[in-house]
Amino acid sequence: MNPPTQTAETPAITERIARLRQQSFEAPVTLSSERAVLITEYYAKHHAKDSIPVTRAKALAYLYRHKTLYIGDGELIVGERGPKPKAVPTYPELTCHTAEDLRILNQRPMTRYLVDDADIEAYEQKVIPFWQGRTMRDRIFAGLSAEWNDAYEAGVFTEFMEQRAPGHTTLDGKFYDKGLNSFKRDIQQALDAIDFVADPEASAKREELSAMLIACDAVIDFARRHAELAEQLAEECDNNARRGELERIAEVCRRVPAEPPRDFHEALQMYWFMHLGTITELNGWDAMNPGHLDRHLIGFYEQGLADGSLTRESAKELLSCFWIKFNNHPAPPKVGVTAEESGTYNDFTNINLGGLLADGRDGVNELSYLMLEVMDEVHLLQPQGNIQLSRKNPDSFLKAACRVIRNGYGYPSVFNADGVVEQMVRCGKTIEDARAGGTSGCVETGAFGKEAYVLTGYFNTPKVLEVTLNNGVDPRTGKRIGPATGDPATFDTFDDLFAAFEKQLKHFVEIKVAGNQFIEQMYAKSMPAVFLSVLIDDCIQKGRDYNDGGPRYNTSFIQCVGIGTITDSLSAIKTHVYENGAIALGELVDALGNDFADHEPLRLTLANKTPRYGNDLDEADAIMQRVFDALHAEIDGRPNTRGGKYHVDMLPTTCHIYFGSVLGASADGRKASEPVSEGISPVQGADRHGPTAVVNSAAKMDQLRTCGTLLNMKFLPSVLAGEDGITHLASLVRAYFRMDGHHMQFNVCDANTLRDAQSHPERYRHLIVRVAGYSDYFCDLSVELQNEIIARTAQESV
Amino acid sequence: MHTGRVFDIKRYAVHDGPGIRTTVFLKGCPLRCAWCHNPESQSPDIEFQWRGDSCIACDLCVDACPSDALQRNDAVGQQRNLERCIRCLSCAEACPSHATEAIGRDMTVDEVLAEVCRDAAFYDESGGGVTLSGGEPLVQSEFAIELLRRCGERGLHRAVDTCGCVPSESLLRAAEHAELFLYDVKHMDDEAHRKATGATNRLILDNLVALAGTGAGVEVRVPVIPGVNDDHDNARATARFLAGLDRPPSVRLLAYHPMARSKYLRLDLSQPMPGDVHTPTAAELAKFAEPFVNRSLNVTYHGDRSDEPAHANR
Repeated sequence: MNPPTQTAETPAITERIARLRQQSFEAPVTLSSERAVLITEYYAKHHAKDSIPVTRAKALAYLYRHKTLYIGDGELIVGERGPKPKAVPTYPELTCHTAEDLRILNQRPMTRYLVDDADIEAYEQKVIPFWQGRTMRDRIFAGLSAEWNDAYEAGVFTEFMEQRAPGHTTLDGKFYDKGLNSFKRDIQQALDAIDFVADPEASAKREELSAMLIACDAVIDFARRHAELAEQLAEECDNNARRGELERIAEVCRRVPAEPPRDFHEALQMYWFMHLGTITELNGWDAMNPGHLDRHLIGFYEQGLADGSLTRESAKELLSCFWIKFNNHPAPPKVGVTAEESGTYNDFTNINLGGLLADGRDGVNELSYLMLEVMDEVHLLQPQGNIQLSRKNPDSFLKAACRVIRNGYGYPSVFNADGVVEQMVRCGKTIEDARAGGTSGCVETGAFGKEAYVLTGYFNTPKVLEVTLNNGVDPRTGKRIGPATGDPATFDTFDDLFAAFEKQLKHFVEIKVAGNQFIEQMYAKSMPAVFLSVLIDDCIQKGRDYNDGGPRYNTSFIQCVGIGTITDSLSAIKTHVYENGAIALGELVDALGNDFADHEPLRLTLANKTPRYGNDLDEADAIMQRVFDALHAEIDGRPNTRGGKYHVDMLPTTCHIYFGSVLGASADGRKASEPVSEGISPVQGADRHGPTAVVNSAAKMDQLRTCGTLLNMKFLPSVLAGEDGITHLASLVRAYFRMDGHHMQFNVCDANTLRDAQSHPERYRHLIVRVAGYSDYFCDLSVELQNEIIARTAQESV
Repeated sequence: MHTGRVFDIKRYAVHDGPGIRTTVFLKGCPLRCAWCHNPESQSPDIEFQWRGDSCIACDLCVDACPSDALQRNDAVGQQRNLERCIRCLSCAEACPSHATEAIGRDMTVDEVLAEVCRDAAFYDESGGGVTLSGGEPLVQSEFAIELLRRCGERGLHRAVDTCGCVPSESLLRAAEHAELFLYDVKHMDDEAHRKATGATNRLILDNLVALAGTGAGVEVRVPVIPGVNDDHDNARATARFLAGLDRPPSVRLLAYHPMARSKYLRLDLSQPMPGDVHTPTAAELAKFAEPFVNRSLNVTYHGDRSDEPAHANR
């Protein structure tokens, strides 16, 4: 047996980083009720005194004035959202955990959150009595239609905003040049410019802008408290070197974020206060993301090297300190179905490296390489990273990334920067804004610092086919959830079946969109993200909130799941029902309803004698294109309520497990409850002609009409050995991107290692694998997900 | 219309020449090397294999057979009467579980070419192309040469993986249509060569001399088989011979690996290699490589440091 390839100890890093990294890795994930209690206190006392935006801003100020501060020994970048590293706050105004939820979190075997009795008591006595029935989640579920609830319960789609705020936000470079005092002047100017005579939105704008001023002050005040704490710690410190560091931390926190950073250290701390501010005021999906960190920091880096205040090594140490801060912030715990769809500590910060500058030049710089080194050496669960690879970027950059990929953490993932720009321009962004954008979350495309691009929920495409095959009824429950589109036994042609599928698709997309519109407006009116609005253009100029159409671009995504499963299912029906007539559609539906009981030869025939997606077979891939076109026609371009439009993403996170669990047997030979395919990857094990065939099949989807697709490739380490292995991997990526492919991610681990990790988790606590759009600790995954990762075809080569 | 008997087409082949390649395996080989990894490639005939662990005993193969050549019983599984079998492949087509599979199918040059060209983007990016392998691809020389010529029209880089035991005329004609030969040299001693492969090495060595004179790129591959050809004398003799060629080729040592043993079982063939033969270690390969290094030949093998940087001939 091979020893685990990943270890907690990495010799190249400094003693300080080794220590901080180990502490962050080993700290247990705990739940802290502090935020919930402080927010509840504020609301109990002041609720309805001010407008909603001002209440939100003052609640943040109250929280920031009273929350416990933390400056860890040896830290250079400071500030925690919770009272200590990996102490995760909750957001009862969005979703309020019950005491029972908290006990389950404390006890469940996977992705556990330790909860003290005192926290449960605080919840029972203060938090739950105040918020019960008043949370966004309560109000959203109360306001959604019966047909929405039916489809939701059947697992046709999920809903993102039922317990986290609209998020998915990435910042641009503007605050490296200007501090919050300068933002406050802009806000004041916008306030002064309000036309109270003619503008019907004048008072709403005044409230929003006034709230922004309060939020800026809250964040500046929070930094000041850190400066004071650092000064106090410095006074008490016996160690001269550490005292100097603490004095420096105090100086930095007195400077930023009120004023712009003057050097590399201050720039990192500046970002970190922006990060904390946005993830503390609300619990947005996909946390927060610095975006193109390499290009934002390169000026500070070069200036530091030139004036002698920085060396490559000291910059790397600061960056490593910064990296570790992300890992101290696990995702807040969820309740209900979304806990299954995405059970992970990962909060999806996904740093972008390389790509194109706003003027179209090659964006790779020395920091792109340095950050790849940091990614490799620190390799914690968070932050994740990716490279944005343009045809203008040098191969040396791609190969440097491939060498990190080969180490098997699942990151960096690789994105097609040129394709990303084309996608955004198609959606109406300027080319400069598009180039300054990139991807965040898992694979989603956005204009950094200028866009609210909101994931609204996953869409279970194979479930829609199942409902079609059952004439509008969910066979799992016997309940009618869709229109009667005809008994499948009466369909004479494959086109008849597909037409019925399109009718069901329209029905469910419209239910989903109607629900989204309602929820969007709930957030627009009831839950503004005031501090975030300061940082996203053009919220200040418009005097509108991030959640209310304030950004320059306002996009809603529906993420479609299971394209492989539905393609193969339709291909099987086309082949065996309509082409060779081996079985009537009615009989097939019956066999599916019985989960292929006594029909094993049929099941295997469907699985093995059908042209399947992922093999570069045009007859199968044409069906994939047809399904994609149907999804696109139904979703893309529909208006949302924030002045923007809907677009299609093809990504699953881990939702393909949940979607499979609510789906009976499918015509591709998949048995009931097994996962559906993930991303745009083929059904697990259906691809039999190697990675180039998978890539060719995937590239037949017109990915430029999406805002993100996810393709998972699994390689055995031996395939990537040596310089040739790196070159081949790089060539595979370049060829896919030539065909407008959007994204590729890699798992480099052999099945035997994974099986051994399943049996002996204690030996593999550090083993990070690629899941879907992100990496996770293998031992933190559910057994189903572990099995599925093992089952994904390893791309063996001859 | 040329047709050839193909037993496999492997895409993303990364060990059969430079870059990402598609390797077309043609059926039939004049040699019978005991260590052969592809025993299903040796016979020019279409063959069948049956996997007991995949069989679900549905008897669809038996029902599909038009000539009553198949029987199945629970004790031994599928039994095929080869005298009755007409190679119509109905059984393999009927099998739902990939338990019964035919090895070998007849394809036209156009069909193979279409398959090969599907990965053109990957060849462009990686400096790859197409490799003909086998079996011995030049046993089907007309088909192989026509395929090479047509690939050349498409601008593809072409490699031929050959055992060299073919008519000189075929080899030299192929050399006009290929950029690279992966050329096996198994033993310098004729008697030992006959014993290990069933054929003389004279034609192979003469052909290599002739091929080296054409200017075609050649990488000589020496399978290092413990107890067969891994002795120092053979290493020295091979190195001396190669160094004496007009243009000394690069050399790659391929270590014996017993992974083909399960194939022999599936194909119902007896195991020609003893089960206790081990895979040579990197140290043993390094020792074997010494005479090549001493004669300034560019020699690589898995596990050496020169495996890391790009090869001189790539």
